[in-house]
Amino acid sequence: MTTLLLADGETTAHALTAALKLGGEVHMLRLADCPPLAEPLADLIVALAPAYDAIVAPATSTAKNVLPRVAALLDVMQVSEVIEVVSPDIFRRPTYAGNAIETVQSGDGRKVITVRASAFAATQLDGIAVIAPPPSADPGLSRFVSEAAEKSDRPELGSAKIVVSGGRAFGSKEQFDALLVPLAAKLNAAIGASRAAVDAGYAANDLQVGQTGKIVAPDLYIAVGISGAIQHLAGMKESKVIVAINSDPSAPIFGVADFGLVGDLFTIVPELTEKL
Amino acid sequence: MKILVAVKRVVDANFRVRVKSDGSGVELDNVKMSMNPFDEIAVEEAVRLKEKGIATEIVAVSIGPAKAEDTLRQALAMGADRAILVVHDGRAEPLGIAKTLAAIARAEAPDLLLLGKQAIDDDSNQTGQMLAALLGRGQATFASKIEIANGNATVAREVDGGQQTLELTLPAVVTVDLRLNTPRFASLPNIIKARAKPLTKTTPAEFGVDLAPRLTVLKVEEPPVRQAGVIVGSVTELVDKLRNQARVLP
Repeated sequence: MTTLLLADGETTAHALTAALKLGGEVHMLRLADCPPLAEPLADLIVALAPAYDAIVAPATSTAKNVLPRVAALLDVMQVSEVIEVVSPDIFRRPTYAGNAIETVQSGDGRKVITVRASAFAATQLDGIAVIAPPPSADPGLSRFVSEAAEKSDRPELGSAKIVVSGGRAFGSKEQFDALLVPLAAKLNAAIGASRAAVDAGYAANDLQVGQTGKIVAPDLYIAVGISGAIQHLAGMKESKVIVAINSDPSAPIFGVADFGLVGDLFTIVPELTEKL
Repeated sequence: MKILVAVKRVVDANFRVRVKSDGSGVELDNVKMSMNPFDEIAVEEAVRLKEKGIATEIVAVSIGPAKAEDTLRQALAMGADRAILVVHDGRAEPLGIAKTLAAIARAEAPDLLLLGKQAIDDDSNQTGQMLAALLGRGQATFASKIEIANGNATVAREVDGGQQTLELTLPAVVTVDLRLNTPRFASLPNIIKARAKPLTKTTPAEFGVDLAPRLTVLKVEEPPVRQAGVIVGSVTELVDKLRNQARVLP
């Protein structure tokens, strides 16, 4: 059993834990060393595939983009967002926004897997053999136009120990930033947001926590002004400790919170920032 | 320009599913079914491209039970011109669905293939990418903006850490994300008109596609239930609990 791990950012260390559970040797291909467009990248990974029994990647946007393309070219049914490796061909994965956990057995000879990083502890990448990408040709089906990276000095949302997340109750981007940024800075936390807050323009798209956004499981998740739609809960309910701050005592977020505080976020958040 | 848009009939997004007590799957009897929300966004985008005079024909496709006709009728009511229903009962996986869609695409020769980025039932996020691979076409996933000009699609994508813009040579596959548009509600006259629009029923066998699942579902379980904790009375109490009880703060 030899596994090819696609390295892509900080969550790779978590995916390595899953890759090692498959048994056997793990080699690592750094996506940063590879062509970024999906078409040549998929071809490159397919060219490497014959030497491997499994291809594993953390479920980052890059991996989610390219790996199903790889799987289809290999005629393999990918197993997405694995949360547990039961055996080399049996995996557990969430469906229906995490409300039904499937245990599936793959009948494909070669496995193609994305890993939900928040479900696995990190393993040191030291000592894992890094392989050089083979030369690849660009089929010219797509071209880069631009990349607008949101540069932030906050920890990465997917791997932060503490996440503070805001909802629509902030009322504006200015208030979202004015209240949450100091709290996040005090806790060295990543900032997240509900879909409503992202739709309203308070936070960037890639900060959305939920079923189809980022899935996080930090040690501490502080949800401020977030009601707790099932799609949002799907993205954070595996957090170790959840704090909910909301003016509505019947908000569903209190149903999953370890500690709830009912009240006005505009007074609570500054007070919390000050007392930490 | 011709657009092919794929739609899936799924459990409504506002409905919380229950796992069957025998662990064989989720309870689907008497459950409200709807079009996958991401697919609604894909249909809306196709209709907008037609309203702008860029698209000339929109073909909606679904693979699923006979009841998926309702989902296709909704797409027709939103503005699709005709529909193809590939009747298939039982579980189907993204790979089999992508193969079926690829067969239809070879027959229909669309210039643009639009799909939702993910179905909210199996949460796989694979079909569009697989379809692009099988057709040997370019792909842009997680689209938040699509512009068509000179035989190319310029697509803004939502990616980790920001936004990326790609240009694709058409035909190409684009999967859509939440913020591309807000789908319209079909008006009553359009719902009535949709009943008369052409809908062709076919089977996977007609395309020679094998939809037999590659993954065997051994069991389906409820996730561990998270118990509600306590409501604290003040910020001071909250900080004390986090420090001394939960020990998540120094």
